[in-house]
Amino acid sequence: MTDIRTRSILGYADRFSVAPGERIAFKASCRGHAHYHADIVRLVSGDLSPAGPGFREELVPTGIAGNYPGRLQEIASGSYALVADRPALHGLSDFSVVAMVWPTTPGRGSQVLLSRRSRTGGFDLAIDASGALALVIDDGRGGVAEYSTGRPLLAREWYLIAASFDAANGQVMLIQEPQIAYARADSAAMRVLPAKVVLGEAAAELSIAAALEPLQFGLRAFAHYNGKIDSPRLYRAALPEASLRQAVTQPAAAAYGASLVAAWDFSRDMGSDRIADLSPNRLDGRLVNLPTRAMKGWNWDASEQDWRRAPQQYGAIHFHDDDLYDAGWQTDFVLEVPEHLKSGIYAARLADGEEVERIPFFVRPRPGTASCDTLFLIPTASYMAYANEHMGYDSDLAELTAGHLPTMAPEDVFLNAHREYGYSFYETHSDGSGVSLSSRLRPILNMRPGCTGNWTGPAGTSPWQFNADLHISAWLEDMGHRYDVATDEDLHAEGLALLERYRVVVTGTHPEYYSTAMRDALGAYLQRGGRLMYLGANGFYWRIAFNAALPGVIELRRVEDGVRDWSGEPGEYYMSFTGEYGGLWRRNGRPPQSLAGVGFVAQGFDVSSYYRRLPDSFDPRAAFIFEGIGPEEKIGNFGLAGGGAAGLELDIVDRALGSPPHTLRLAASEGHGQLYMLVPEEVTGTLPNNDGTQNPRIRGELAFFETPNGGAVFSTGSIAWAGSLSHANNANNVSRITDNVLRRFRDPRPF
Amino acid sequence: MYQIDPARVELAAEFKARPFGPHSGDLHRLLNLMRAQTLPGRLALLTLIPHREWALIRLGPPRGGRFEIVEGVRYHSPAEAEWDVFKRRWQAMTGQALAID
Repeated sequence: MTDIRTRSILGYADRFSVAPGERIAFKASCRGHAHYHADIVRLVSGDLSPAGPGFREELVPTGIAGNYPGRLQEIASGSYALVADRPALHGLSDFSVVAMVWPTTPGRGSQVLLSRRSRTGGFDLAIDASGALALVIDDGRGGVAEYSTGRPLLAREWYLIAASFDAANGQVMLIQEPQIAYARADSAAMRVLPAKVVLGEAAAELSIAAALEPLQFGLRAFAHYNGKIDSPRLYRAALPEASLRQAVTQPAAAAYGASLVAAWDFSRDMGSDRIADLSPNRLDGRLVNLPTRAMKGWNWDASEQDWRRAPQQYGAIHFHDDDLYDAGWQTDFVLEVPEHLKSGIYAARLADGEEVERIPFFVRPRPGTASCDTLFLIPTASYMAYANEHMGYDSDLAELTAGHLPTMAPEDVFLNAHREYGYSFYETHSDGSGVSLSSRLRPILNMRPGCTGNWTGPAGTSPWQFNADLHISAWLEDMGHRYDVATDEDLHAEGLALLERYRVVVTGTHPEYYSTAMRDALGAYLQRGGRLMYLGANGFYWRIAFNAALPGVIELRRVEDGVRDWSGEPGEYYMSFTGEYGGLWRRNGRPPQSLAGVGFVAQGFDVSSYYRRLPDSFDPRAAFIFEGIGPEEKIGNFGLAGGGAAGLELDIVDRALGSPPHTLRLAASEGHGQLYMLVPEEVTGTLPNNDGTQNPRIRGELAFFETPNGGAVFSTGSIAWAGSLSHANNANNVSRITDNVLRRFRDPRPF
Repeated sequence: MYQIDPARVELAAEFKARPFGPHSGDLHRLLNLMRAQTLPGRLALLTLIPHREWALIRLGPPRGGRFEIVEGVRYHSPAEAEWDVFKRRWQAMTGQALAID
């Protein structure tokens, strides 16, 4: 029997980037390893291809090197709200709970909506395994009674739901009332049932969207609810039916307001992990695992698309049983970065037997300094966007799109079996809704040297994102170019001040996700004489938001166009973190062409091709770029990413989308195949000739233009470009062109 | 809707000669059909030694279905794997074994 290998030592750090003298904490989990040996290594190249520059890393002696005990640390995914145990919650005998809910998976097991329960008693308001509204009463002495409406809720419909417990009259009332009445789908129900047990006094927090049980340390959440909850209310009285039906819109009406325990308004504190109780009790709470906010509420009437203009219509939170923010692991060891350590790409290497884990991190120069003239800007937001993606084995489209068999590696085996490690922006949650938040506070198994995407190249032979970017670091080192590194997060936080320390900024292969601050900073840098080498494609494409109060997480809305693996719902296009309109930078009026001269036009994942020079390449302004390159040479007819320098995702010049009027179109690729197609935003109708063999717009372009104050931009228009750099020991025309540009860009003479 | 015609053996020969393309229009349609099979049960590869050796697996249902090894199968190049899977799919979808080796 063939063993299917999986990953057995995994870890993450509390930060991506760190400067000398600062500290970075590493956390690890081991399955079947009593201990591991840890080292710090500097990563140079991570491609295992026999045709490539080799897997190269250098041991860095530090104080953390040594053996550590291995222990299992689990991840508890699933979002919910937590309200601390407070006297205002005590002494309930009668009570009522009311809310609006929009369940997405009713009938998929028992899902708790609101709970306060412990061994001493309490209650759960839930959707039972049949999909019906249910109430569980626990007397804390072994007596547990469950009451159900017996009528399943429909998925993705808004319901008023209410439950009341009347101890004096021994009666339970349950109401589920759909907002839309269909002619032949009646899911409304109202039940009055005899109470069988009394309500025991809970000693517990209150939770929304999950049940809780205490552990030796902390709490475990279970019975996670999938779907939206809006306007939950809790009363310490058994409200009559008419009052229950009124409590959502009038939580404190005179008839029953004095019994109000809590009335949460989820439209407040948008973009935070706090929920606000508007009642005098101020039972504010905290969200765990960042469910999605800025979601249409029960009363969204389509008159507004922007939650900031109608916040009262955005009082819903969408909870998911597979949300993950912070894995919350204990720290295994902390590295204080040595003062002498040069800026670059490093990893904590954890090894035992055949299992090796490398947790990447990025060492910056000392704060406020640059140690050389070139910055390799590491696209960590894009790594987070792709974090732990499962497309090769969850999606029906992976093989069809890629043109070859998806090929699984141990990280895929692990991620397939461990859904609690969270998802990427390229997927949906288990309930079908789009993943719009991604965290780095968890192991990211596809952000590793040696890792290849399981569908981007045949038989798992092609690096993607982080590992592909190591083709660039390897080339820089082999060609004798010093470089500092910084991450997207650093750029977002520091802006122009970071970039203007450098004469040249070099991108990775696929810097796809940009915040407004990142975009602004890079644009300003270029206007002030900076030089950009855009060594990839499909960059500057999606607008993301960071969260000023919550580190390590980014938000995205996939809306209106773009190559998108899910589509946000109308009304949910504005991000919760910042209130900005989400989606493509092109659809936000700032296309990538306006920054880098080229922008996304086509993609395909089977084989790559070469470029041919265009007339602009003979312009004297471009002479430095083509020094040593013949007029008829095929540029990049070789490479580790599909066998050519022009491939995977392609960008071209487009004046209409903001390429500067003096942009030189230096070269264009040709010879792409049937699996290359125009991207959706390039197509406004239906095109019968939409493939690489028929549509001349499907190509990548090399471009160059000068920017004000002596700056310049060189763009390659292809993700595959960097995979061609190392061919024939860096003696090839892709390497030559890139080196010509970098040497000139490093020269302070203005353009 | 396009269907595989088991008499079109020359399309199989074309794929064997150039598994990664370029492909004729009819072969492209044939491959689209083969590659569009849904889960569970779709064939995929498992890396045993990166760039050197692979096994054949069947994918399970989405969101956590186990990968099942097809025992006794080893590939030593991506092209070898693609051709073998092509033959298996041809057989499964036409009911006929391919006459080409």
